[in-house]
Amino acid sequence: MTASEYDSVRPPEPAGRRRRGGRGGRGARPAGADGARPGGADGAREAAMVPEAQFTSYYGRPVVKAAPWGPGIAGYLFLGGVAGGSAVLGAGAQLSGRLTLQRNCRLAALGAVSVGAVALVEDLGRPERFVNMLRVIKLTSPMSLGSWILSAFSAGAAVAAAAEVDRMTGERLPLGPLRSALRLVEGPAGLEAAAFGPFLAVYTAVLLADTSTPTWNHAHDELPFVFVSSASLAAAGLAMVTTPATEAAPARRLAVLGVIGDLVATRVMHRRMDPVVAETLHDGRPGILLRLSEALAVAGGIGTVLGGRRRGVAAASGLALLAASALTRFGVFEAGIRSAKDPRYTIEPQKRRLAARRAAGVTDDSITTAG
Amino acid sequence: MPQLAGPTDPAADARWPDVKPRKGFFTDTSICIGCKACEVACKEWNHNPRDGDLDLLGSSYDNTGALGASTWRHVAFIEQGGERIDEARATGRALVDLGMPTVGPPSGGPTASGPTAAGAPAAPAGPAPDMPPDTPEFRWLMSSDVCKHCTHAGCLDVCPTGALFRTEFGTVVVQADVCNGCGTCVAGCPFGVVERRTDGTAAPKAKRGPRKGEQPDVPNLGVAQKCTLCYDRLLDDQTPACAQTCPTTSIKFGDHDEMVALARERVSELHAQGRTEARLYGANELDGVGGTGSVFLLLDEPEVYGLPPDPRVPTADLPRMFRQAGLAAAGMAAAAALAFLGGRR
Repeated sequence: MTASEYDSVRPPEPAGRRRRGGRGGRGARPAGADGARPGGADGAREAAMVPEAQFTSYYGRPVVKAAPWGPGIAGYLFLGGVAGGSAVLGAGAQLSGRLTLQRNCRLAALGAVSVGAVALVEDLGRPERFVNMLRVIKLTSPMSLGSWILSAFSAGAAVAAAAEVDRMTGERLPLGPLRSALRLVEGPAGLEAAAFGPFLAVYTAVLLADTSTPTWNHAHDELPFVFVSSASLAAAGLAMVTTPATEAAPARRLAVLGVIGDLVATRVMHRRMDPVVAETLHDGRPGILLRLSEALAVAGGIGTVLGGRRRGVAAASGLALLAASALTRFGVFEAGIRSAKDPRYTIEPQKRRLAARRAAGVTDDSITTAG
Repeated sequence: MPQLAGPTDPAADARWPDVKPRKGFFTDTSICIGCKACEVACKEWNHNPRDGDLDLLGSSYDNTGALGASTWRHVAFIEQGGERIDEARATGRALVDLGMPTVGPPSGGPTASGPTAAGAPAAPAGPAPDMPPDTPEFRWLMSSDVCKHCTHAGCLDVCPTGALFRTEFGTVVVQADVCNGCGTCVAGCPFGVVERRTDGTAAPKAKRGPRKGEQPDVPNLGVAQKCTLCYDRLLDDQTPACAQTCPTTSIKFGDHDEMVALARERVSELHAQGRTEARLYGANELDGVGGTGSVFLLLDEPEVYGLPPDPRVPTADLPRMFRQAGLAAAGMAAAAALAFLGGRR
């Protein structure tokens, strides 16, 4: 596409902008390059006759900014899911009298949510101000609601887990008269954590979807289902690793339900998404992560169904499910960051939906007007 | 819960007891000469540090790059040939032909501030529509971009700490002493304006310190930063630094209604000169962000300037997202119940 001798000194255009299957996609065309070739000598100018593929950007620079989040946030997406799912499983175990499953799930819930919360705080620009998250309750901010969900969940999970630790250490925690109080509230605390568990698992999906990051925003209908399924199979997988097969039957059933939900929701998400934006889920590293995740989820699910009663197979399946969930979160996270960094994923879908509305006769809601 | 989409007075919607007239910019890019005085004045007034090392970006005269945590005005430079000018004129004409809403018919010529003074060639006789008054084979677009101060601001909606707030002037401002740098607003903005400020410690090439040639310490590190529409100056009835310094009156500042009216006047004036490539950006309160506080007159499609062609505040879909999330959470609880009850048959 070089028409000017100065093209060689321009910064490289972002990779991965070619449409998969190559149906006439014309890549990012730096707007500024046009002046340098007034005659329109190169072949790309002809492609401009195809309006559907038209894509101009400002020197290939992003239109929206990517969230300044590191891998800690992707890790939190995973750990929050594990914690929420574990609390739900733990409450079920509590109500059905499976004491080992209850103990393991309660400890898993507190462990996962603690590590996740540390990762969250660590990712803040000003970690020392993390408590400002609880300064207001703001219904329009999924991050605000999520902070409150996380706090409420952690309170219950901590009390329930403390009771388990006390039992495991032979009542050696220096609790004094508080021990009887702890015994009294551990049941309600476990149920309280379980009540917030599904919300802890799902709010992160809304947090991602309620942004201008193309991949996340375009997935706003399906991402909650992907995330709760992923959380369910991960928590169930962890329980299959930690708990003897005799008590882990509910975990196995939840794992299978989670795998089915995960496969269905992910497929629906891929299919319904704008085809250009969906590229970010298929291509590159996120594509590899998500395909690997699917394979591990299927393998873990089959292992659970066929050999879940054998401890070794159950543990291996559980590990596969945990890995599948982590890969799903990292894949979705990275796909979003990539979609924000390439202007194509912002501009093309927006142009298309604007054109579609105009074709449908809606001409009064464009940000660009003739007067 | 405040209104999530559609036309509204943002300050009243934020329940200010004493709502001031909404303030905003009208940036007329047809008379921008690319002097970057706005960038400089903004940095000086707001004590914004330089971002990173000085660098030549190879994008015409734009070596600033983009709006960011320390760049609250950014002048874009776009070089175009004749073919692209024709395309821009055609897309502009298509907009006119769509019968887009036109409120307030043009009344008279240039306003007192003389918007045609610098860049636009004088066209007293009104040349034929097919005879563009500009150089036909080459043009250089310059546009000073800034925070849009949206009616429905994505950044403000998703801020969990209340650090971002709506001022009595209808603008959106970050309280740097409250923000904890969570970064949600960065992803929330449909225009890519707000950013978390870093000191570039990953590649500390710029020397910092009190000596000559060294850079002063970076204030408000790790905190979201963006244009405040010079909130401090507004409180003293002053004009924002960029508008005050603009030598061609390309950046105009005033009551939002007045700015929109001025913009509509100016665009019909340009259309009358045959420059159908002129169009307004952000003047429609029915758009995806409820109209912007900063209105622009552009001479090509918005994406050419790095602006989104059809931005939509993500929060507009939040009720739907909450519904989906509620369904999903209920599904998870049901799956768990099934897992426990399923074995007891």
